[in-house]
Amino acid sequence: MSDHLSLYRKLYTIRRFEETVLENFPKGVFSGTTHTYLGQEADAVGVLSHLKPEDVVFSNHRCHGHFLAYGGDPQALFAELMGRAGGVCGGRGGSQHLHWRNFYSSGVLGGVAPIAVGVALAEKFKESGAITIVFAGDGTLGEGVLYEALNMASLWSAPVLFVLENNRIAQTTPVNLAVAGEIAARFEAFAIPTRELDSSDVLEIHSVAGAALQAVRAEGAPQALILHTCRFGPHSKGDDTRNPQEIDRMKQTRDPLKVHSSRLNPAERAGLDREIDELIATAFQAALEEPFPDA
Amino acid sequence: MPSVLESLNRALHRAFADCPAVILLGEDLLDPYGGAFKVSKGLSSAYPQRVFTTPISEAGICGVGAGMALRGLRPVVEIMFGDFLALAADQLINHIAKFRWMYNDQVSVPLVIRTPMGGRRGYGPTHSQTLEKHFLGVPGLRLLAPSAVGNPGELLYRAILETEEPILFIENKLLYLLPVLDGLTLQDFHLSEFSAQPTDQPGANGNPATPAYQLSVRGAPKPSLTIAAYGYMAELARQAVHTLAYQHEIFAELVILTQLAPFQGEAVFASTQRSGRLLVVEEGSLSFGWGAEVVARAAQALGTGLRQVRRVAAQDLPVPASAPLEARVLPAVEDIVQQAKLMV
Repeated sequence: MSDHLSLYRKLYTIRRFEETVLENFPKGVFSGTTHTYLGQEADAVGVLSHLKPEDVVFSNHRCHGHFLAYGGDPQALFAELMGRAGGVCGGRGGSQHLHWRNFYSSGVLGGVAPIAVGVALAEKFKESGAITIVFAGDGTLGEGVLYEALNMASLWSAPVLFVLENNRIAQTTPVNLAVAGEIAARFEAFAIPTRELDSSDVLEIHSVAGAALQAVRAEGAPQALILHTCRFGPHSKGDDTRNPQEIDRMKQTRDPLKVHSSRLNPAERAGLDREIDELIATAFQAALEEPFPDA
Repeated sequence: MPSVLESLNRALHRAFADCPAVILLGEDLLDPYGGAFKVSKGLSSAYPQRVFTTPISEAGICGVGAGMALRGLRPVVEIMFGDFLALAADQLINHIAKFRWMYNDQVSVPLVIRTPMGGRRGYGPTHSQTLEKHFLGVPGLRLLAPSAVGNPGELLYRAILETEEPILFIENKLLYLLPVLDGLTLQDFHLSEFSAQPTDQPGANGNPATPAYQLSVRGAPKPSLTIAAYGYMAELARQAVHTLAYQHEIFAELVILTQLAPFQGEAVFASTQRSGRLLVVEEGSLSFGWGAEVVARAAQALGTGLRQVRRVAAQDLPVPASAPLEARVLPAVEDIVQQAKLMV
């Protein structure tokens, strides 16, 4: 299902989920920390709409959008963020550590990259036909183990797609202070074919991601996809040091929802918005009423 | 009897033959080289599709192994020198050890990471260490260490095929060429096996019990001292027990552990209950080490039944390259004898 309306449904589900998280964090209903995906929704939706049930996804600390685009349940995710028994991992993992079906996320940057390569090799060894997708951000480009993973993926033809989301800022450090040289050159150095896109249009991302995934499936070998994107929210909760005008400008020109909603019938879109608003509100409330896990 | 090296090598061959999901990853594994210490010899020839000789990327290959284990394979990772485990610490501590619990018991990581540790070969500060103490307090990580006594190969085989948890398997380099010692070959000693049932330990469900061994000089009276050791130090402690008995008439009981973590101390407690004195012996540096944990656990378990404790370990220094310097830093048979004499 990747018609305009169903793509919009996924984009707006992530948007409302993350807005609900940030709105309610100060009220103390969530514990720990969170990293929202506001502004980047089209990446997860565009890439993961191509997924087959057997495919495997690895994500990072900023994983809510990936999880929801994968098909994860908003109520279970709210409950996990609240530390409730009904959470994705029974409250043990929290915001950054999710596992459901073939979806895994973890909070140390780069650490899952070789693990994703191992998963891809295992599935290839078992001849399951599954491919693996691993998401990383520009911040992870500073982690050495990523390059060990790229090297082995290429050497051993692991069927894995590396999706590098460059939101141009790692916590508070802009990409120009942390990443020397070209991002694409990092993948190309390991002979991994690389596609690059600077867009917030889910259809464009969907199209390029589809070609990359097709190549992974056809060749049984790694590919890379660099998605230049924009993070609208803070790194975590209240730690945005950027100029608010700069963020406003991004929201005007790079909002995946604005870009895509122009393709929809306004009445249909309004109806869908109401439906998702209701769905997220209900999920939030239901999670809030769940019990805490037994210690 | 086979050597410890042969015992381990045969166990790997047996695991490969018995289970098609066993995979081996490590540096320089291809025959005729067969790995730096030859424990993996012959596997790349017999199972070319299942042996990955890897780039020098310790963190990366531990991660690849973890990914394979998550998806139903039974990988074994060889780290060429235990010193290099430090490079894989994030994979071990933050990923491999955590996945099962952190993902609410929905996954398991049946991964074995084997590595040689230890000095006495003049390799110097970065190739001679006994670093396992840094990985002993990691919840979710099981740490096994064979000695020459018992069945090192069986310990490894069961780790690979019968255990659902990640395992760090520590092989002291000097064990490799020693013959495996059983009750028949240990003529001067009485050997008994103490099988702990690890059912009371979190995360141990369904995993096999690992043996501990108890050694005393044949015909000795009730022990006046318990010595606890593992790995190659168990061999030095065995020689010390012999010397103590025949030259000093001090009768010690040696308890050799094969599982260091999660802590399994029942065999140590049972012997110390009888002797009242506990000497712990390790090749790692003294401070904050394995022996300190054993002593603390024994004190808690035995109360006033534990009258005296001492520790033998390496000095808190890097391991020197020069042979006489290295011998001074690492614990020897004579150190064990000397400390034992101070206790009895």
